[in-house]
Amino acid sequence: MPVILWTDAMIFLLLATVLAAALWIRKRPHLVLPWQRVAKGSVGMVSLLVLSLFVLVGLLDTMHYRAALPEKSNGQTVYSAEVLSVFDALAIGLRSRTEKTYSAPLAAYLYAKESIETTDGKIRRDYPRLLYGGAHLADPQRELQGDVLKRTVVGALVGLLIGIFLIVVGNTVIRFFVKSRIDRSSTGQEISKDGSGIFTFTKAMKNKPFRALLITALLMAMLLGVTANLAAVYHVLGTDKVGQDVLYLALKSIRTGLVIGTVTTLVMLPFALLLGIAAGYMRGWVDDVIQYLYTVLSSIPSVLLIAAAVLMMQVYIEMHPEWFETSAARADLRLLFLCLILGVTSWTGLCRLLRGETLKLREMEYIQAAQAFGVSSSRILTRHIVPNVMHIVLIAVVMDFSSLVLAEAVLSYVGVGVDPSTMSFGTLINSARMEMGREPMVWWTLAAAFGFMLVLVLAANLFADAVRDAFDPRLNRTEAVA
Amino acid sequence: MTSNHSINQLRPLPNALPEKAEFLLNVDGLVTNLNNGARIVDDISFSIKQGETFALLGESGCGKSMTALSLMRLLPDGIRIASGDIKLDEEDILALPEYAMRRVRGGQMAMIFQEPGLSLNPVMTVGDQIAETLKLHQELGSDAIRSRCVELLEQVGISDAPRRAYEYPFQLSGGMKQRVMIAMALAGQPKLLIADEPTTALDVTIQAQVLKLLRDTQQKTGMTLLLITHDLGVVAQMAHQVGVMYAGQIIEQAPREQLFARPAHPYTQKLFAALPDAGRSGQPLAAIPGNVPSLGASLAACRFAPRCDKAWALCHDKVPEWTQLENGQRVKCHLYTSQMGSEESNLKVPLSPEPSTASGEGSGEEGRDSPLLQVDNLQVYFPIHKGILQRTVGYVKAVDGVSMNIPAGRTLALVGESGCGKTTVGKALLQLITPTAGSVRFAGHELIGINARQLRKQRAGMQMIFQDPYASLNPKMRIAEILQEGMDALSIAKNSDERQRRIDELLEQVGLEKSSKWRYPHEFSGGQRQRIAIARVLAVNPNLLICDEPTSALDVSVQAQILNLLKSLQQQLKLSYLFISHNLAVVEYLAHEVYVMYLGRIVERGTVEEVLHAPKHPYTRALLSAVPRIDGQVMQTVRLSGETPSPSHPPQGCHFHTRCVHAIAECSAIYPGETIISATHRVHCHRAAE
Repeated sequence: MPVILWTDAMIFLLLATVLAAALWIRKRPHLVLPWQRVAKGSVGMVSLLVLSLFVLVGLLDTMHYRAALPEKSNGQTVYSAEVLSVFDALAIGLRSRTEKTYSAPLAAYLYAKESIETTDGKIRRDYPRLLYGGAHLADPQRELQGDVLKRTVVGALVGLLIGIFLIVVGNTVIRFFVKSRIDRSSTGQEISKDGSGIFTFTKAMKNKPFRALLITALLMAMLLGVTANLAAVYHVLGTDKVGQDVLYLALKSIRTGLVIGTVTTLVMLPFALLLGIAAGYMRGWVDDVIQYLYTVLSSIPSVLLIAAAVLMMQVYIEMHPEWFETSAARADLRLLFLCLILGVTSWTGLCRLLRGETLKLREMEYIQAAQAFGVSSSRILTRHIVPNVMHIVLIAVVMDFSSLVLAEAVLSYVGVGVDPSTMSFGTLINSARMEMGREPMVWWTLAAAFGFMLVLVLAANLFADAVRDAFDPRLNRTEAVA
Repeated sequence: MTSNHSINQLRPLPNALPEKAEFLLNVDGLVTNLNNGARIVDDISFSIKQGETFALLGESGCGKSMTALSLMRLLPDGIRIASGDIKLDEEDILALPEYAMRRVRGGQMAMIFQEPGLSLNPVMTVGDQIAETLKLHQELGSDAIRSRCVELLEQVGISDAPRRAYEYPFQLSGGMKQRVMIAMALAGQPKLLIADEPTTALDVTIQAQVLKLLRDTQQKTGMTLLLITHDLGVVAQMAHQVGVMYAGQIIEQAPREQLFARPAHPYTQKLFAALPDAGRSGQPLAAIPGNVPSLGASLAACRFAPRCDKAWALCHDKVPEWTQLENGQRVKCHLYTSQMGSEESNLKVPLSPEPSTASGEGSGEEGRDSPLLQVDNLQVYFPIHKGILQRTVGYVKAVDGVSMNIPAGRTLALVGESGCGKTTVGKALLQLITPTAGSVRFAGHELIGINARQLRKQRAGMQMIFQDPYASLNPKMRIAEILQEGMDALSIAKNSDERQRRIDELLEQVGLEKSSKWRYPHEFSGGQRQRIAIARVLAVNPNLLICDEPTSALDVSVQAQILNLLKSLQQQLKLSYLFISHNLAVVEYLAHEVYVMYLGRIVERGTVEEVLHAPKHPYTRALLSAVPRIDGQVMQTVRLSGETPSPSHPPQGCHFHTRCVHAIAECSAIYPGETIISATHRVHCHRAAE
């Protein structure tokens, strides 16, 4: 039975909006132009590739369902109380292979000593073997290193081959589509110029962003191959206190991060856009009210405001347990509420920016020309102002994404973030607080959260930079002249 | 003043040249490239003698400024000098290492820029900024530097220099900032001063002051001046030698007198012919079709050939070489190298137009008795708020009692310096700014105080054309959408077919192709954009167009196209214009009546002949004498000191008495009433009767 949680709905809505926007932009050459510039830069494209991998994991993790239980009651199918996602189903191995407690990455033994009863009946205190990690090895102390090395090499090769295969297949499919399109558009002469496949490939290799993209894609294919091959029999990033695979936790955290980054934007955008433009264009008392509003709001410490709102929400949820069919739904509502609160507190920056830009735009002569025609204010706002501030919105949204992902981590660490049952970078870091003080230290949870978050935020930031550069008319002037 | 004057009356420049002056600057074969190979400055050679002024003349985008920056080696990223030779005083500039270059910049050659407001650091006092240059180039003690600063400020004519040295740029007016820039440039005692459009951003009266300062300084110090400008009038006043630039090349080079007497290159001839003035007001201006070619265009032919009406086969496939004419003039044109016509036939002097027939005059007469627009005592006050409670403590009287009548089919010009309230009048008439008091009656309907719906009915009749064609079209809308906006808002055409037909019609009317309606504004040049802006207002069938400096952002040749268009539209559609401008030559060409505005009030009004040829108000006279004229005729020089006072505190009595040389005691006490000179000519001056 498919389950659509609140945040799922938000994400699908967002996805639909993005797709619709992409289709809308495609028809307008002046809007396509900056995106073509993004496509020409290697940094932007490589970060987009990395980012899209994260998004893919997040989307798989967004498609939720409740599995049917084998037993039936009164002929009706009974569904399990646990809400799973497509990603959970794909990563069933990672999810189900839980150990007893901590184990280091790629280890065959537990990280804590236990009393083990040996075959000859003696009780010995030692590190016991893991249930799953390296269970196929007869003598881990001797074989472990060789086995890991072998699996790494094999994984890398297989990954590489699959990567190349996918790229070749993908290329052929795209070429087929392009070809059929050209055939249909009746200007058939262009195909003859195209030449053979090898020729176009060498030509493409000279193209710098394409080369960078190809290399990154192959490297990532190798990395994925290695990870998949190792994860089949080891815990690549170790296990946490209750024996859950940290790799699985980190991958599940991606969705939370993406939800916080994008849904919050969805919440704050209407505030920022409407209020900012209204303040800038209307001036007078409207401007005064909006300015006082955001000045007051931004001078309240946001962590305090968020903490108060989250605690209120928490109490409210706990008083009405009958509202929620599953615990996942409850955790999800809390996540959504956190997004709402973050959105409400974070619109001020963009609003201020948009107000300033609108102040500048309303003095432009084309606005005055429209006023001289008697065009109504709402029409001036939608036809003249909004299209001309859109580039700022776009840049601000992409830039805000990374800061919001980090904000979630901070809030969860403080304890006012997501539900404890929701896996997120914040909860991972929060649990690492105790582990770091432990002797011997457990470092891999923190390292995993750190690594994943770094790559995600870095990719998002680099992509935002590329987008901003592509939209900045000052940087593109020389290109336009030439 | 008659228009068939002799050309050779160019006023001799104060020339401090020694008899056999050395060449100070030698530029040979300078080529400046974009990184992708497009040539911005293409094979330029010229030499300037010690103490001389060399003017580089050309339209925007011709590479004038890039030539100057190449000399200073200050080219922006992505542009570099590809080849050539620059020698300043026998020193090879291009061979110098960067640290030696720092000594040359400021010390040997200095540069002043177009926008004085942007070239001074707003957080440093003026004195400190001058001292910075002094410290770099002269070894002086701190006391000596201080006194030298004051000395320099005095030298550039800043009164009360010791106090001014401690002031910040925002405390100075535009003209003073440009003086400070000149003082900074002079601080290093450079041999060569490069002035890049030094007066383009200034008002005519201030421009006259700054140009005089440059001339005087040159005379005193024997400095060499490289003047970059697009203004033939400035060239006529300043230059000894002139190089005409077109599309990255110098196409003609001559001493000033010869160039103005007999421009040789067809482009130069056209430039002169494109200048509007009263002598031509009956006939269209000789506009140059098309635009300046984009950078990096094909190098195989004469670059002017596509726009040249004398071009022939050779022009399109061979680059012309330099030809030396008999009188020392040098020109790059095939007309002079070949059998095609003799020198004499090509050197037609375009400056003496045929005496104008009074053709355009009669047409407007019939509408005179029924004014289309009647403005009575229009006032626009902007309140000044102060304190926490934003109490109104005073008013900026931007427009203070302006009255005017515009009959149908006539052009009324509103003239004045920046800040005098001309544009505010235009916007107040359109009710874009709510007037404080007064009455505006348009075609018999009062516009002030009516509600938005009633106002919308009147909107179609009166429209505005703006100054900056780059800011007046929404970059995110296509041409068809832009033209449709007014029709939609005022529900002009009924269905979309009719609208599209109307759009095609309009584009044709303003001389654009129909196919351009699906394109975006950034694909058009400045002149084309102004045409689109005109088409946009024509879409709603107005009777009156308020033109707010419609050509001041355009090049001379394109300006002529737009003026011709406005003139022919007036004849076809019987439009009335309120033409707001500071350019008296344009006004002289286009207008029937002229109103001169000073600090929110009309100080003189009358027909073009009366106001511009027999001005009675001292301000009008000063304005007229400040305009640099290409014919070199100088009216009796009335030089204005100081600058326009702030409209928030206008002087007591006559607003102009603080700058007026004829002021008497009465002037500072009572604002002068209207003196009637003739049926149409009125003036506000106590001494008008004398």
